[in-house]
Amino acid sequence: MRQTVDAVVIGAGVVGAACAYYATRAGLAVAVVDRGSPAGGTTGAGEGNLLVSDKPPGPELDLAQLSAGLWRDLAARLPEGIEYEAKGGVVVAADDAEWSALRRMAAGQAAAGVVAREVPADRLPDLEPHLAPGLAGAVHYPQDAQVQPALAASRLLHAARTSGAALHVREAVTEVLVTPAGRIDGVRTPHRELKAPVVVNAAGTWSAQIAALAGTALPVMPRKGFVLVTEPLPRVVRHKVYAAAYVADVASDSASLQTSPVVEGTPAGPVLIGSSRERTGFDSTLSTEAVRRMADSAVTLFPVLAQVSVLRAYHGFRPYLPDHLPAIGADSRVPGLHHACGHEGAGIGLAPATGLLLAQALTGQEPSLDLAPFRPDRFEPEVQHA
Amino acid sequence: MPTSPAEPLRAPYDLAVVGAGPAGLAAAVTAADAGLTVALVDAEPRPGGQYYRHPAPGLGARRPEALHHGWAAFTALETRLRQHRHAGRIRHLPGRQVWTIQQCGHTGRWTLLTTATVPPHDQADSGDQNTDEAPRESVPAHRLLLATGTYERQLPFPGWTLPGVVGAGGAQAMMKSGLVLPGRRVIVAGSGPLLLAAAASLSAAGARVPYVVEASGYLPYARRPGPLLRNPGKLTEGARHAAALARRGVRLRTRTAVVQAHGTDRVTGVTVARVDGDWRPRPGTEQHLSCDALAVGHGLIPQLELAVELGCATRTTPDGTPALVVDSFLRTSVEGVWAAGETNGVGGAQLALCEGELAARAVAAAVHGEPAPARTAAALRTRATRLRVFADLMAQVHRPGSAWPQWLRGDTEICRCEEVDAASVREAVDAFGAGDTRTVKLLTRAGMGWCQGRMCGPAVSCLASADGGAPVSVDRRPLSRPVPLAQLARHRPQEHL
Repeated sequence: MRQTVDAVVIGAGVVGAACAYYATRAGLAVAVVDRGSPAGGTTGAGEGNLLVSDKPPGPELDLAQLSAGLWRDLAARLPEGIEYEAKGGVVVAADDAEWSALRRMAAGQAAAGVVAREVPADRLPDLEPHLAPGLAGAVHYPQDAQVQPALAASRLLHAARTSGAALHVREAVTEVLVTPAGRIDGVRTPHRELKAPVVVNAAGTWSAQIAALAGTALPVMPRKGFVLVTEPLPRVVRHKVYAAAYVADVASDSASLQTSPVVEGTPAGPVLIGSSRERTGFDSTLSTEAVRRMADSAVTLFPVLAQVSVLRAYHGFRPYLPDHLPAIGADSRVPGLHHACGHEGAGIGLAPATGLLLAQALTGQEPSLDLAPFRPDRFEPEVQHA
Repeated sequence: MPTSPAEPLRAPYDLAVVGAGPAGLAAAVTAADAGLTVALVDAEPRPGGQYYRHPAPGLGARRPEALHHGWAAFTALETRLRQHRHAGRIRHLPGRQVWTIQQCGHTGRWTLLTTATVPPHDQADSGDQNTDEAPRESVPAHRLLLATGTYERQLPFPGWTLPGVVGAGGAQAMMKSGLVLPGRRVIVAGSGPLLLAAAASLSAAGARVPYVVEASGYLPYARRPGPLLRNPGKLTEGARHAAALARRGVRLRTRTAVVQAHGTDRVTGVTVARVDGDWRPRPGTEQHLSCDALAVGHGLIPQLELAVELGCATRTTPDGTPALVVDSFLRTSVEGVWAAGETNGVGGAQLALCEGELAARAVAAAVHGEPAPARTAAALRTRATRLRVFADLMAQVHRPGSAWPQWLRGDTEICRCEEVDAASVREAVDAFGAGDTRTVKLLTRAGMGWCQGRMCGPAVSCLASADGGAPVSVDRRPLSRPVPLAQLARHRPQEHL
């Protein structure tokens, strides 16, 4: 079967879904292809964080701020629920050193337009009554929010389909078609050939393989994380609460296991507990040490959780690029190839801005943000050396 | 690992057996007979598993054997267990469930991490006065034998969540452990050999069982007489059930299914319908039968969480349930891990006893550096193979028909924990592109509750693939049971073992 569209999006995770959504709204005929189910990769393993709090001033914060507004808009616009909750984030500092570093970061973020309110230790119980005593202080970020990521991705896809996009799931791309002149010409799957002048690589943690199929390279690598899910509880944790050390862990380049506590309640009742980072390839075995440390630090932050049962643990593979920034936009090395991947642990939050920017690039509109920091070919020298 | 002075056995153990049902119990005592040190971890407070389930001690049951077949075989095993425990060859850890198994470095040793299922004071005498939790929470062993048994397959139908509707296996468990009947007039329905056993126990315990409603036919057994003739015990067992049922006025209706349960506060009756070979109800054959309880089950599903997390290869049995791949000495695909009984495919207590013994002999041979168990095991192997052939025939006969989802209405609850109905599951599949249990779970919450999809998983598998005959998916559950956060936090890795 042969079909012709304006753009093929590879990946039905939240980023691919957002690309399809905004491209369709911009008037393009789009087909989304995924080897698995919608949200079947890292999207389905995520907590659904839409955070500004964990990003220092810079291009990623700009992207997060653009996205925050788009998510608010989407939450109102999408006909079915995505469990959008503007719960706010609370970053806690364990000691005076952490507290002063946190305040410096918050001041910088505030200068960039983030709402960041310092909360001295004695006011913390008003914000989070069950937090352990003895913390040095915290910063409250009311703009941090959350969606249920699988719902968000599937609702975005559904809206795109309603506007004419095609969705081909459980269908792997076996070939990226390139003209003799080296331009993108579409993709092939076991069931069809999709002719298109544009292919968008939104394959998340598996984007390196798609880049290779297209004859180029993108050094996206997996960074494993676990999430613990407790039994449903009444709302004992009101915000997304995490330790200031989390920001340093996210930015770290270490391959070894790192854990920093992230604890949050959900509208459905279970408390989600993160976070761990390991670069151990696609190894999916349970890291009991990661789980132990996460549990330990969660109980340290919220002693009330000690006897609460963890019902399940699951892992995901964050798509990680060496400079911790995503790849968004045209790949100068293969005309017609675009990337929208490498969002690491922030893909849910950054998805709408990514989709919007990509749709703007595809339709020749002025981009809402400068795409230079996200250029997909920025790793070219490293790739050649590798 | 710090060994406490009260520790009767040296750890690590030669063998850790998970599950003290027929297979695990037979394995543990056989291994101990062969001189191995054994840890026997079991979720129940008393040994015996689901099959040899005990009345709670406080009930003063005088004749628990009345509800059991082969009680003598069990009491013999229990006696041997007690002797080995006192002799310090078996460490019995009742009332504990393994939540994960760690492989320690490259030493080939395993650490079972366990959590209590019942408060310690409710646990039966384990011959262990040590009240320190640590040695119980972390059990090191050189080899593993998984005998983790099964849970019941439930296929939903309108009204299946009404009080008074219980699992067929659950009804048996209620009788065996609590001597409680689910009702006075109990219809037994579903599919599989368990229905006849449940009906026999229910009527022996005094319930009126007007009907056993079996969705499959018994004709296929007759069409393949070989396995039956080679297993005369099974024939006798079947005949004994049939005779007992006939004597008590229980009528067997094959190729018939309960397609709806009625009642407001409690089940008061059911609609049954004749079904074709795919379990598709034949229009116009519906009939109302009154009852005050319905015991329903559609076969058993091997409990494989631990094995799957260890990386053991699985196969799909003829009834669509997953089971472990084992060789003729019951080794799984993972070095150092053996499996016995229902984990290798549902086959009943006789097969479980036989495989438990065989697997333990294979382990003992491995410990003693022998290439294979001694010749005496040949008879066991022949017997196990014969029973396995019969198990496969049973599985084939009772495999759910592909059209069973036609029983469902849009508002029929599929996931009881999270209250997700059939229409929501179908919407996730048809409108949102879900094609597997994981995506359905993410989009609808089906399978996210306390049972973690054990109850609704088989039905969701079928709805997600739009095929009622779809195999039960093998879900990964890194935590095989809920664990308190404080305990997760406490556990220390045992790398120095």
